[in-house]
Amino acid sequence: MSSPTRDTMLLKTPFHSRVEAACALNDWGNWMGYTTPNAYFDVELEYFAVRSTTGVFDLSPMNKYQISGPDAEAYLNRLVTRDVAKIGINRVGYAIWCNDAGQVLDDGTIFRFSDNEFRLCSYQRADDWLAWNSLGFDVTVENVSTDIAALAVQGPTSCTILTLLGCENLNQLKPFGMAHYEFEGRPLMVSRTGFTGDLGYEVWVPPESAEALWDQLFELGRDYLIKPFGSHALELARIEAGFLQANTDFMPAEEVVRVGRTRNPFELGLGWLVDFNKPLFNGRAALAKVKEKGSKYRFVLLDVDGNKPAEHSFIMKNGKVVGTVTSAAWCPTAKANLAYAQLEMPHGVVGDELIAEIYYQRELHWTQLYAPCKVIEAPIFKPARRWQTPAPPH
Amino acid sequence: MTDYDAIVIGAGHNGLICASYLARAKHTVLVIDARPVPGGCASTREFAENYRVSDCAQWLSQLDKTVVSDLQLGDAGLVLSDPKSTISLQPDASHVTFYGDTVTGTTIGNEDVTDYRNFRSQMRRFAKVLATLYKGRPPKLVERNWTDRITLLKLGLGLKMLGKSHMQDLMRLALINIYDVMNEYFKHPALKSAIALDAITGSTMGPRSPNTVFSYLHKATGEFLSESGTRQVIGGMGALGSALASSAEAAGVEIKLGCAVKTIKKTGHAVSGVELVDGTLFSSKIVVSSADPTTTFKSMLGYAQMEAGMAKRAELYRNRCGTAKLHIALKALPTFTGVDHAQLSQRLIIAPPMDDMETALNPMKYGEISDQHLFDISIPSIDDPSLSPEGHHVLSALVHYVPFSPKVGWDEARHSLTDQLIDEISAYAPDLKSLIVASELVTPADFERTHHVTGGSWHHGELSIDQALMMRPFPGSTQYKTAVEGLYLCGAGAHPGGGLLGLPGRNAAKEIIKGGALA
Repeated sequence: MSSPTRDTMLLKTPFHSRVEAACALNDWGNWMGYTTPNAYFDVELEYFAVRSTTGVFDLSPMNKYQISGPDAEAYLNRLVTRDVAKIGINRVGYAIWCNDAGQVLDDGTIFRFSDNEFRLCSYQRADDWLAWNSLGFDVTVENVSTDIAALAVQGPTSCTILTLLGCENLNQLKPFGMAHYEFEGRPLMVSRTGFTGDLGYEVWVPPESAEALWDQLFELGRDYLIKPFGSHALELARIEAGFLQANTDFMPAEEVVRVGRTRNPFELGLGWLVDFNKPLFNGRAALAKVKEKGSKYRFVLLDVDGNKPAEHSFIMKNGKVVGTVTSAAWCPTAKANLAYAQLEMPHGVVGDELIAEIYYQRELHWTQLYAPCKVIEAPIFKPARRWQTPAPPH
Repeated sequence: MTDYDAIVIGAGHNGLICASYLARAKHTVLVIDARPVPGGCASTREFAENYRVSDCAQWLSQLDKTVVSDLQLGDAGLVLSDPKSTISLQPDASHVTFYGDTVTGTTIGNEDVTDYRNFRSQMRRFAKVLATLYKGRPPKLVERNWTDRITLLKLGLGLKMLGKSHMQDLMRLALINIYDVMNEYFKHPALKSAIALDAITGSTMGPRSPNTVFSYLHKATGEFLSESGTRQVIGGMGALGSALASSAEAAGVEIKLGCAVKTIKKTGHAVSGVELVDGTLFSSKIVVSSADPTTTFKSMLGYAQMEAGMAKRAELYRNRCGTAKLHIALKALPTFTGVDHAQLSQRLIIAPPMDDMETALNPMKYGEISDQHLFDISIPSIDDPSLSPEGHHVLSALVHYVPFSPKVGWDEARHSLTDQLIDEISAYAPDLKSLIVASELVTPADFERTHHVTGGSWHHGELSIDQALMMRPFPGSTQYKTAVEGLYLCGAGAHPGGGLLGLPGRNAAKEIIKGGALA
């Protein structure tokens, strides 16, 4: 029986026809209102494509805002905690933004196209906050999320494949750089960015180019073992690479109802993104106080003994709970059982030895495990190719 | 080294009061105002040759007596009339007179007298609790601060001292509307509407609007803050402005009139002074604004100069006013049917039954002119002959409800509305029209232009519970200190503002001195 409303419950990205054809497992999830594959064929093989050859991830559901006008830079500088003036033209910057209380709302990337033209990619929908932020600025903020289709093309052979697609001299593009090309008569932009911590690119095209882009990429990349990868493989890669995930590792302040559940940048290990040399940005006054008085929490990466992921574990010190795990995975390339945890201060300096209380189940039998763990420097996976220019050939 | 310790924007009553207290604490203070005269909304103006009138606020009922004595306003020339009674004019001349706790009139029975006394004593109980809160900074509810805890303790104690049944009554009444409360207490329609009028003055609320019990109680605090009763300032309200200015100057305050502040300047993350429209710059350790919050934050500082959450709150702050003023120059004293000569100098009100008041509100909501209006009339020249040529008089009336911007535009509506209002008053004063020398209608839009109050809101923002007490003007900028370092508020847009209390100015000065920003 057909049900037309069901058909419209989750949206489809411009790549959907291709994604659906490639999704052998038919394992779907809901990512920001879009039908997205959790896994295409095998989570670990997808993950290894990213690490060994090339993986392709459909990131079209990301929220994208075009920010333009004479005050665009000033607008963004008041919005985010870092200094946007330092992001050059055709460069990309990672940024976080806070509310007036200095609590993190979201993280994302800022693409600078010209003096007065930017694009902000955010994890959360931010239309309302961005609109309120425009009060008093000569700036236009436009949600262009559905105007742009995007693929993350990540892995050691990604540069080679994209060069075959016509992205000339792509190997010269520095990390966080942007390059502009044409693809079948339409603009195609490549940024050397990603969420996997590997050599990799994100490719941005008009939705009309989406299917052709997918087809050609997979055609040209066949010899370079290109594979699509889903959300689960991405999760493995990003934990290994040291990236935080909004709604997982921290709660966007706008969505928090309960007192004390929000986090400031210092509590997320993102203090390096807060630039107090700027006279004004959202949260500055509150964060200046935090800096003076200190924070309540510390965000750390733990190396956990054994191979049982410490998902949702309590972290103990001397028999007392001092924190909880936000993300955990056994990371295949790093060959380490990693966990991100929020710990109460003063716990969590590098080298601190703690205990993770892990529960796992095998055939309906639950086992409780007290796994020793140690605070280590993040990230643990940092291949040279990620930062090399020219990008190493394959 | 800065030019001044503090620059106060606005020479309205709160600005001057704040400046005086700061100067008395040995700080150098500059007060700047765009208007050529001091006093802000406490102003007197010649609206026709040789006819002068209080051209914005017309009655004084809430001015804090500590301010009056601290600043020696009597010595500075402030002279007040005796308290006025309120006479509610009735179409059939069966007028109802209110004075203190008494109500009299040919249609007033013993039951009405008792009802009125009971109502007054109950409202006094409640207003007293509120007045306690008005004398200091509003307490923040969530931060652990001993000053705030003590204030809250006093508030709690005040509530507890009311006794269980009165406290329950306050909790029940505080957020409902004056319409329901009136029907609960009274049978006589004139009693209901006279009291309801006090609840809606200077607002866009009707008797049935939520918040009207709060706005009534706000007004009733005057009984505890001020020399009780509604009084007229001799020389017009401007005389209060002049007295405050002389007192301030005597304390060492420098006052610059006729020069508007264009921008509140920042250096780095903190406010460092002001720039005038003529380009002059003055630097100071702090800037204290008595301009309304919208003017302060949106026009003078600019939304781009504050954090976005604050800009949002400032933008959402409501400034609305449905009150206009009618000024009439008269060649002789008019006759009001059933009002004797002695009563003519009192406060005369025209407040139709509450349902009609509510009906009169409706057109205003949609930018239209109502068929019927509410009036609060003063003939100040009886007590104060200096306001008009000998034997002549001036009549000043607060008029509700008048839209800020009528759909047809003020060019078209002004003349016909003036005539209509005069006709409406003439129904009670048949010879009025034959005595008119000149007349003038001051609309809410005119107030915005002449007195620099956004939306024509002389309360500096709607007086509703969400914009009052610990939320005035909005969270993050309460307790006179805004979220922008070095910028303070001391006007009616700060607690316990709305009206001529002088307490925002006084409380702000006390907090600034205590906070150590000028040390």
